[in-house]
Amino acid sequence: MPENQNQNPEAGLPISKIRAGKVSKYAIPHFVAPLDETPLHGVDAVKETGKPLSMWAEAWRSLRKRPLFIISALLIILVIAIAAIPGVFSAVDPRFCDLQFSNEGASAGHPMGYNFQGCDVYARAIHGTRASLMVGIFTTLFVVLLGGTIGALAGFYGGWLDTILARLGDIFFALPMVLGAIIVMQLPAFRDNKSVWTVIVTLSIFGWPQVARITRGAVLEARNADFVKASRALGLSRGKSLVKHVIPNAMAPVIVVATVNLGVYIVAEATLSFLGLGLPFEVMSWGNDISSAQSQLRNNPMMLMWPALFLSVTVLSFIMLGDAVRDALDPKSRKGN
Amino acid sequence: MLAFTLKRFLQLIPVFIGATLLVYFLVFATPGDPISALSGGKPMTPAVESALRAQYNLDQPFWVQYGLYLKNLVTLDLGMSFSGQEVRDLLARAFPVTARLAVMALAIEAVFGIFFGVIAGMRKGKAFDSTVLILSLIVIAVPTFVLGFVLQFVVGVKLEWAKPTVSGGAGWGELILPAVVLGLVSFAYVLRLTRTSIIENKQADYVRTATAKGLSRGRVINVHILRNSLIPVVTFLGADLGSLMGGAIVTEGIFNVPGVGNLLYRAILKGETPTVVAVVGVLVIVFVLANLIVDMLYALLDPRIRYA
Repeated sequence: MPENQNQNPEAGLPISKIRAGKVSKYAIPHFVAPLDETPLHGVDAVKETGKPLSMWAEAWRSLRKRPLFIISALLIILVIAIAAIPGVFSAVDPRFCDLQFSNEGASAGHPMGYNFQGCDVYARAIHGTRASLMVGIFTTLFVVLLGGTIGALAGFYGGWLDTILARLGDIFFALPMVLGAIIVMQLPAFRDNKSVWTVIVTLSIFGWPQVARITRGAVLEARNADFVKASRALGLSRGKSLVKHVIPNAMAPVIVVATVNLGVYIVAEATLSFLGLGLPFEVMSWGNDISSAQSQLRNNPMMLMWPALFLSVTVLSFIMLGDAVRDALDPKSRKGN
Repeated sequence: MLAFTLKRFLQLIPVFIGATLLVYFLVFATPGDPISALSGGKPMTPAVESALRAQYNLDQPFWVQYGLYLKNLVTLDLGMSFSGQEVRDLLARAFPVTARLAVMALAIEAVFGIFFGVIAGMRKGKAFDSTVLILSLIVIAVPTFVLGFVLQFVVGVKLEWAKPTVSGGAGWGELILPAVVLGLVSFAYVLRLTRTSIIENKQADYVRTATAKGLSRGRVINVHILRNSLIPVVTFLGADLGSLMGGAIVTEGIFNVPGVGNLLYRAILKGETPTVVAVVGVLVIVFVLANLIVDMLYALLDPRIRYA
């Protein structure tokens, strides 16, 4: 009586027993071989309950096992802590300078010695962290917001916006960042109000085309994916499908570039300060300290080396973080999963 | 190929006009009166002052100034610097020095970057690879001017292997140390790019075929893998030539190289529009031409790419 199967007279019995053909109380007119005893859920490796891991969760799982990531993350946390509460890391007043200690070496309580003016090099490096880190973080933020928005719109909608962006990008690419920043820092609005913020704005002006190009490329790739077409077919408007589906799937390369660039912007600030065009002299920053150390290089090379070391380690940890994130987001290079 | 080259030359025009216009405007908007700075801020007779202003077109509104500049440019007249020298002559003196410096830096980063990149890529995950990767990150993280000072101090002052600063002639030998400093950061990028590209390509089917048909390992690496891995590297090198020339400001300052960067830096501080715009214009042309050459090299490296 095969037509009865649809009504499932064995409802309520465990599925493995039904499969095994053991407990049917109906007479079966033909021979049915006993089935395998293994229960279904035992074979299935895929968990049916719960959502599958998203790209980000999977990347995080592989990321937190990487030594490169752990080291760089710890260093970045340390640098952020120094920038937030410098007083905890150095009890010495960085603005208290005594000329009798000029260019003196390390002594108790002053592990990195004194600079030409007799200020404590360690205290100045600790208190200079904030300015450098602020330039890096806020420039990255502005560049990603501006470049990301313009790049995403150009990549998604194409047309005249895309054309203008391509030409504008060409013009900005032809001007090296430091060169352009030097000229902008000479403008009256910038030269008379020299501060951390003018440096941030200047670097953002010349930094956004790069991020815009990368976002555009990533959005172009994601725009034609099947799931975006499906969302449109289900009646989502273009704008909503851009925000909900395209952008989250185009974020990976932008995040990687932003992390690496954060370090690059810190170096750019130091370069501008070195040329005398970056932060004003009163602001304590690694760039300013390196710049004022260059005239004393032959008498007291460590005066240059310490702030340079702080700067390089910070930049290095952001670049390493970007590297680790890139590897984690790239399924091809992910090991062990 | 000819049509493609022509099209790219035409594309150069808007980029050139856009970049020079931008720079012209920025320098124009910079305060400070260059003419009164000429006399050291002391008063000048009005007749002399207005004659000077007329000579540099400073009495004209912005658009007229820029238009006159472009008009003169067609006849290769780049204007005069405020100290009365032809910008053309200044450029003719400074440009070869920077070109020499940039070409040397490019050669250093290309040769060493590709060489170490190939070795690291072929030994992915081994000790050599990890060491080179970490070292390249450190090179990227240390600012150029710190590297410059340290190398100048160690090699030039302590060890006395090279002269710490460059003389007026700026010959090839003197420029080795500045070129190393200039090319070091890009060397790290070239190395990493080559390594990634090699790793991607070394598992390709054509590599297995080449090995299977009995080619030597050297030939497989140098001819099959390397040639296919070079496209991203060549792209980077092409774009880098332009930024090396523009970015030489810092290196030229440290080693006192009488090049374009030095000229530009002093001109910016003086508000000398003709010089700044001329130098930036030349840099833009170099940048775009280098990218054009890169596009043509693609066809050489990858026979599938053809410009009809």
